[in-house]
Amino acid sequence: MAQTVTERAYQGRVHEQSRRLMTAWMGELARAEAERRVTGAIMISGNCVELLRACHVLPMFPEVTALQNAIRHKSLPLILKAEQVGYSSDNCAYVKADVGLVLEGGFGPGKPMPFPNLIVCNYVGCNVYVKWFEHLADISGGKLFMLDVPFARTDAPSADDVRYVVKQLEELIALCESMTGRRFDIDELREVLALSARAQDGYARCKHLTKYHPAPFDSYFDSINMMGPINVLRGTPEAAAFFDDAVAEFEELVAQNLGPLSEERFRTVIEGPPPYPFYKSFRNLFTRWGAVAVQSTYSTVGGIWEFGFRHDPRRPLESIAEQMLRENLTNRSIVARYAQIRRYVEDWHADALVIHSIKSCRLFSAGQGDMREYFIKELGVPTLLVESDLEDPRYYAEAQIRNRIDAFFEALEHKKLVATH
Amino acid sequence: MTPDVAMEPFPELIAEPLSAIVSRFKAQQPGGRAIAVYPVWAPVEVIHAAGMLPLSLLGGGTSVELTHADARFQSFVCSIAKSTLELGFQGRLAGVDGLVFSNICDVARNLGSIYKRNFPDTFVSYLHLPQNSTSASVVPYLASELRRLASDFDAAFGLKVTEGALTEAIGAYDALRARIRALYALRIAEPQKLGTSELYTMLRAATLMPVGEATAALDALLPRVAAREARPRDRLRVVVEGAFCEQPPLGLLEVLEEAGCYIVEDDLLLGWRWYTADVGGTGDPFERLASAYVNQAVPSSTRHESREHRSAGLIEKVRRARADAVVFMPAKFCEPALFDYVLMKQGLDRAGIPHMLVEFEEKMWTFERTRNEIETFVESMLFD
Repeated sequence: MAQTVTERAYQGRVHEQSRRLMTAWMGELARAEAERRVTGAIMISGNCVELLRACHVLPMFPEVTALQNAIRHKSLPLILKAEQVGYSSDNCAYVKADVGLVLEGGFGPGKPMPFPNLIVCNYVGCNVYVKWFEHLADISGGKLFMLDVPFARTDAPSADDVRYVVKQLEELIALCESMTGRRFDIDELREVLALSARAQDGYARCKHLTKYHPAPFDSYFDSINMMGPINVLRGTPEAAAFFDDAVAEFEELVAQNLGPLSEERFRTVIEGPPPYPFYKSFRNLFTRWGAVAVQSTYSTVGGIWEFGFRHDPRRPLESIAEQMLRENLTNRSIVARYAQIRRYVEDWHADALVIHSIKSCRLFSAGQGDMREYFIKELGVPTLLVESDLEDPRYYAEAQIRNRIDAFFEALEHKKLVATH
Repeated sequence: MTPDVAMEPFPELIAEPLSAIVSRFKAQQPGGRAIAVYPVWAPVEVIHAAGMLPLSLLGGGTSVELTHADARFQSFVCSIAKSTLELGFQGRLAGVDGLVFSNICDVARNLGSIYKRNFPDTFVSYLHLPQNSTSASVVPYLASELRRLASDFDAAFGLKVTEGALTEAIGAYDALRARIRALYALRIAEPQKLGTSELYTMLRAATLMPVGEATAALDALLPRVAAREARPRDRLRVVVEGAFCEQPPLGLLEVLEEAGCYIVEDDLLLGWRWYTADVGGTGDPFERLASAYVNQAVPSSTRHESREHRSAGLIEKVRRARADAVVFMPAKFCEPALFDYVLMKQGLDRAGIPHMLVEFEEKMWTFERTRNEIETFVESMLFD
């Protein structure tokens, strides 16, 4: 390997502001019971957080709880606790970590993470969501609302699809009104959606900035700082302002020709969620090769904003429905994802595709071997597939993964050398 | 003719690849078309009304060695998904004109699109079946989804589904399902006369025949089975739950019976007997099918039902079948079954209903460990 690549000593305003905003939101959740605020659990994928916000329901995200426990190395005891009561080792570990947290007494009445009063299962692609929220409702006694979003299976959502989702949104609004005792105001929703669209603009702009060489941030590992605000806090003035600042900061980095590493040797697209229990170690395996992710699919689970879709305050419920139906990664087929990745590889000038296949999430991973075949054999894109998990540390084999990554980048480096001589 | 003689063609039929069944069908009906449906439920009536033969697509069982599909699907993916794709690679679906998948789980959804990518000339339709069971919009939505399938048949094959033909198809399948319900009722009443491995073979064979032939075959069997002389034995009456998609090997069902169980209820081939009563009715047949899917459905791990707890349907099944216990039988890696296992077992515990768990894979072929586990469970119950 050539000269050592290091991470630039960089945390930046984006990181700090993200942390501050997310901490403030967690604080709100911790006070919700005392303040008698209605809380509503919802999933990240293609969510309708704007609607809950306009209905004065404080949103909470079980996935965020699970990933935070994983990144703090607290997930395994929780997973084991859930397995003790009958969950299978083959069940999604995100769910098990959350159930384990309840069993450990860290989730529920009087805890920093309260039980939700309302449980909105935005069934957007992931079938495990249905089970997860059935279990959450069973545990917490919260009111379960199943928001069924037809999977994207035609070129565009049909009028019947949109009508079906809009009707359910109207039913959800009525339920929220009955729980909060407040009348829904469509103009308030329009305002929330306008703020949301501003955040979407900012997030999209940031992601387009990674087309520069070097990319100003890593679109996989650093995107997590933006995924909180874009998925959880969308529709707030704070999130809109956050993305205004993020664009300014990344534009400054572009102007200074600075990226996250001392040198950008390889540009990758990364597919699949990260191994949260080993987030930093996993990142280091790429850093040492000077590999920067210039795009990632995981950063689009909540919504695909970089190709132009925005919520439209003039068509509030319809545009929420359209976003849930079409403008997010999880409600599209795995083969439709190939097209998204191909566009990333081509437009962001990536050298390679890295697939991180995780056991927990079959929505993401089932069939990624076919994806690998497609990119290698049909497009000639160098592609690496490594396996572990996003929540369960038992599936992360560092030595094995490191060997695969090293071998892959060695070959890629050799290929580059041959091409330049 | 004894039931055994009437049963004769069935074991051979269910062992055949779909390519052979379709080839025979097309020789008898030149120009005919066949559509294979992946578990759990599919609107076979719409396929029949388009003039095509619906067939069950249940993976490869022990009949295929994975040589291509393992490179596409990881080790933690269920066997039926991989073996179904493998059937395509090995030409064992040759002659099948199309496949229908639906949103039963994340793997099945990905399989549908990956199958289409690898076999672009095959018609593949993916249905989104509703998970909302109470919205005022759910029946109109599902009716529109069924109309979309019909319109896709028209576009792909030039075959139109008229309301008249669909009404006739609903009647034909209602008749078949009534025979299946009768066999299931007979098994509950007199399980000594009808073993589950035998019932399963009949039912699976029925999913591989034109509906009229299947109904006639079951009609021939029903009275003969009912007339059998068999003495009730001291056995444990059990409900088998969790095998609604990937199918357990016949040998496993036989082991369960040999180990001292009467299987008096199960969720095998659930989609082919989805409705608790005839669809029947009058008016728009697409709406009738959609309404029956939502409002007359048997409990299923692949459909959310907000009107009752996840364990309620199973407990009701246990009571109705006068069962002593439940044998959970999920396929390895089957997330819907494995998740439901937790809520269901908690419900059974509250109701004081004993249960045990036996995981399987379609390709398993040794059952001795399972036999020991089941025998121990049966003995603990019978001699308690």
